[in-house]
Amino acid sequence: MIRWLALFLFLLPVAAGAQNVPKLVPDVSQREINIQSGFTGAEMLLFGAIIYPRGVAPEGQVDVAVVLRGPTRAVTLREKQKIAGIWINADSTDFRSVPAYYAIASSRPLRDIVDSKTAAIYELGLERLQLSPSGEVDAAEQKRFVDGLVDLNRRNGLFRQEAGTVEITDQVLYRARLNIPSSVPVGTYTAETLLIRNGRVIVADDNVQVRIRKTGFEQVVTVMAQDYALFYGAMAVLVSLLLGWFAGYVFQRL
Amino acid sequence: MDIYLPIANVSVNALVIILLGGGVGVLSGMFGVGGGFLTTPLLIFYGIPPAVAAASASTQVTGASVSGVFAHMKRGGVDFQMGAVLVFGGIFGTAAGAAIFEILESLGQIDTVINILYVIMLGSIGGMMAKESLASVRATRAGTPVPAAKRRHHPLVANLPMRWRFYRSGLYISPLAPLILGFITGIMTMLLGVGGGFIMVPAMLYLLGMGAQVVVGTSLFQILFVTMASTMMHSLTTKAVDIVLAVFLLIGSVTGAQIGARLAQRMRPEYLRLFLAVIVLLVAIRMALGLGWRPDEIYTLQAL
Repeated sequence: MIRWLALFLFLLPVAAGAQNVPKLVPDVSQREINIQSGFTGAEMLLFGAIIYPRGVAPEGQVDVAVVLRGPTRAVTLREKQKIAGIWINADSTDFRSVPAYYAIASSRPLRDIVDSKTAAIYELGLERLQLSPSGEVDAAEQKRFVDGLVDLNRRNGLFRQEAGTVEITDQVLYRARLNIPSSVPVGTYTAETLLIRNGRVIVADDNVQVRIRKTGFEQVVTVMAQDYALFYGAMAVLVSLLLGWFAGYVFQRL
Repeated sequence: MDIYLPIANVSVNALVIILLGGGVGVLSGMFGVGGGFLTTPLLIFYGIPPAVAAASASTQVTGASVSGVFAHMKRGGVDFQMGAVLVFGGIFGTAAGAAIFEILESLGQIDTVINILYVIMLGSIGGMMAKESLASVRATRAGTPVPAAKRRHHPLVANLPMRWRFYRSGLYISPLAPLILGFITGIMTMLLGVGGGFIMVPAMLYLLGMGAQVVVGTSLFQILFVTMASTMMHSLTTKAVDIVLAVFLLIGSVTGAQIGARLAQRMRPEYLRLFLAVIVLLVAIRMALGLGWRPDEIYTLQAL
């Protein structure tokens, strides 16, 4: 806290002198999330301070939105349809940039605090994500696939949108919690904070990065399975043979 | 007790996995089948990705069958010659299965094909077994002697060229028949994560006409080696073997298998077969319904 205050005081005159826009000082509770054997997901705290020019908060309400976003990847989305009485994968669309994880929290519902143009520019909200679908020309069909993708990820806990969960204290300090499920993909995540006023984003900061990775035994297993497949397979066979033989041996003694 | 599975990338309850393995293990000990046909669907139902479920289930079947093979070997219940031919075919089968797996996965049809295969195989084999075991249960009830099993191989098998003598099985047939049988079972092992005991045992009895005293032991022998091959094949191609998942399944299933083997000694074989037939049919019906019901997830994602 002391450190915070020192930083705050140090930055104050600089920000005030330089320009008329406020400055964000964001941080997260963990810069690194390590996935180990007991990992059941994590809760991340995104918090920080808003530094106003001349130290005076503006009149009216300010809002804050925080976004945690995983690395993007290309995916194929397949859609099942009922054909000849059974459900099989029929149609599919490729998306070129789907975030592995996307969570947004805001102090009030997004539609109340930003206009649709701003939301589109900053990709605020699940329906504003730029997923770059390809192959589908028909707009209605494309929308169906986008909705399907977002819905699937939302129910898997990898896409989240929460309103009213960013707490703002005295218009200066803000904090929000985001949940991360155990199925979270590894990679480098970006935490972005946006200060919103009168429907517009005044300032945005996306300099905070979070690394999610497997460590220890989990890391070893993953690397082995990927890069030393022959050895890994032999180990799996050996382990199962030994366990099976051992159980037979023990039970014969009983 | 939550445990993170490093390959499946999900956190599961270790106790659930152990119990699941244990339940399947009891059945596998009772019937001499690996139990993969139950493990794979149950794991998928629990939320494990299908490829990981199939790959890790076949690893588990290896462990579940090893002590059974030893037990049958001691009793002279393994026809090694027949087993070797089956394994030889089986290893080629897993390689073919790996190729089929890759093609179907790129087409996005792997899940549907797996489901349909399950329904067809479990349905027909379960039906056959139910019919046969019901007849013998009825015969025992009525007091009439059980009709002697026809120890004759199928005419198709009899027509194959180049005959070998399989002494322990009491057969004089072409090795092509068990070779093809092993090959087909190998494909099934790779695609479905099953050992193939539930195909192998009836096929040995009714197609090859093997002596009943070596059927279960030889089938287990084949399962042991072919699941080892398929674990290797999965490690090299799909990279979907989750060793943590397999170990927890094994802890349950090797224990369950021993309990099952003891239970089996106290039960009449015809009731045992009827019981297995009912389980197999139930799984088949559940999967058939699953094909027709609107699935929970209409959409599925695949990384490019």
